[in-house]
Amino acid sequence: MPSSEAPLDDLARTPGVPKPDPILIVDNVQRTFGGLQAVNVQSLQIQRGTITSLIGPNGAGKTTLFNLLTGFDRPQHGDWHLNGGALVGIPSFRVARRGMVRTFQLTKSLARLTVLENMLVAAKDQVGESFWGGLFGRWRHIEAANEAKAMASLERFGLDHMASHYAGSLSGGQRKLLEMARALMVEPEVIMLDEPMAGVNPALTQTLLGHISALRDDGKTVVFIEHDMDVVQEISDWVVVLSQGTVIAEGPPAHIASNHDVIDAYLGLHHGEKP
Amino acid sequence: MDWVKILIDAGRAAVGVPAAAYALSAIGLNLQFGYTGLLNFGHVASMMVGAYGMAITVDRGGSMWLGVIVGILLALILGLILGIPTLRLRADYLAIVTIAAGEILRILVRSSWAEPVTNGILGIQAFADEFFDLNPIPVGLYGIGRFRFDERTVWVMILGWGLVAVVTLFMWKLTRSPWGRTIRAIREDEDAALSLGKNVFGYKLQSLMVGGAIGALAGMFLAIDQQNVTPDTYIPLLTFYAFTVVIIGGPGSLLGPITGSMIFWFLFEFLDGVMTGAVLNDWFFGWFEATDIGPIRFALFGVGLMWLMIYRPQGLFGSHEEMLIDAQ
Repeated sequence: MPSSEAPLDDLARTPGVPKPDPILIVDNVQRTFGGLQAVNVQSLQIQRGTITSLIGPNGAGKTTLFNLLTGFDRPQHGDWHLNGGALVGIPSFRVARRGMVRTFQLTKSLARLTVLENMLVAAKDQVGESFWGGLFGRWRHIEAANEAKAMASLERFGLDHMASHYAGSLSGGQRKLLEMARALMVEPEVIMLDEPMAGVNPALTQTLLGHISALRDDGKTVVFIEHDMDVVQEISDWVVVLSQGTVIAEGPPAHIASNHDVIDAYLGLHHGEKP
Repeated sequence: MDWVKILIDAGRAAVGVPAAAYALSAIGLNLQFGYTGLLNFGHVASMMVGAYGMAITVDRGGSMWLGVIVGILLALILGLILGIPTLRLRADYLAIVTIAAGEILRILVRSSWAEPVTNGILGIQAFADEFFDLNPIPVGLYGIGRFRFDERTVWVMILGWGLVAVVTLFMWKLTRSPWGRTIRAIREDEDAALSLGKNVFGYKLQSLMVGGAIGALAGMFLAIDQQNVTPDTYIPLLTFYAFTVVIIGGPGSLLGPITGSMIFWFLFEFLDGVMTGAVLNDWFFGWFEATDIGPIRFALFGVGLMWLMIYRPQGLFGSHEEMLIDAQ
């Protein structure tokens, strides 16, 4: 269910189309591995406060683009801005502090930390996180506030009963939920989810979709990589299709589903056949 | 075989000077390896730098207390120099670089080029008189029955276990702070920590430097006890002893290095006593002689360490729940 304002309905359905209120602007970002052009995105803008799906066949460069934008990899060329601030050459941890947090395709729970500790690690502005601050700083009242916030968030994600357990003892689905809840502790404006629904049962997929919609309702911008077209149709405001490193199409989900280029590149089906 | 004597000797070793020194050294390594996940195979280098820093300062006419400060500063600088190029590498590369750095430093210290300062392979002696002059304990033997120590040993033991207590308190404060939680998060997954806005490199550098400074304290303490530093004391084997102690006690546990060191030295002396007795009583049908005891003891230790890594990687006192997570 795309958002009711639907500010994107009037836009042209061409790759690289400018958005009315972009939070993330990507210009000519290129990354090659040897002779392979992994990412070559001429222009891409992400509208603030929407859910944008990034789809494309395996090897299209979706995760590489995520890595580049969040500072986990460096492009040979290119420029990108978050909220008007340049992010070129900014290390990954500073990208996170500036308000763009990513999750990983293979869930990275901090196994030998408890679920609550996983949440507290992510909390911002804890003076006790510096060496001297940890030894002599007054961090306990900050910790208490963070703990209250973390518990509220865990409750929302249905993990509050697991708070004192090691994260390594969680099920796969619970780890997905924890990773999402943990990313939110950083208070990001943009949250980048790399295949949050991969390997998750249908019931949990619905739960995760509910959480992702709720993020948009809270005013956050969500960019997520997904393979399942049904999921993409259900939740996205806008869909960007990547193939062989370039954006080949973008538009509202209904438009993308009927786009022949996309069907050729991504779905690999013959024309006229329903995906 | 005199079992009582063997047990008493082993008990003396468990609370003795080397046990305190290895506990201290292992506390530093535990911060790096147990809490932060840094595979530092050159821990002995910080022990050497600490010991030599102090010895050279005294040799040049400085006071021993100034020497302690010099030793700690040198270890911090060593951590900085070693950390900046290596901490961006993956864990196994860090291990290779640190073991090489430790050896380079040892060979440098024993070289004729450095002889004017380090006195080459002969090393430096008698630099801790200031400490022994302060000994308030009257001459005599202290303890019960055969479990006794002379006044010099008691004085060194007070220093050693006192240092262990103070450093453990420091570690308690540090590892229970948000800083400690962050380094554990880095141990679990660097990328996750980066994605949550943590300056992973900075934390690893701090951990390497602080762990090195604690290692330097251990090196100085050993040197004070022996009143002697020679380069060939600081061979990589010392690092691996420290790893053994950390693993016995459980990596990432606060008291692990202390219990680990006590168990290490107890077993070390106990095996020595039993093997000696066994050879004397000809229990091995003449297969082994007294000179074989040392190597056999090491072999048994190696087997024990393997057993520990396979069945109890969380250490003898680590939690069962934590071990199950490791297996996943």
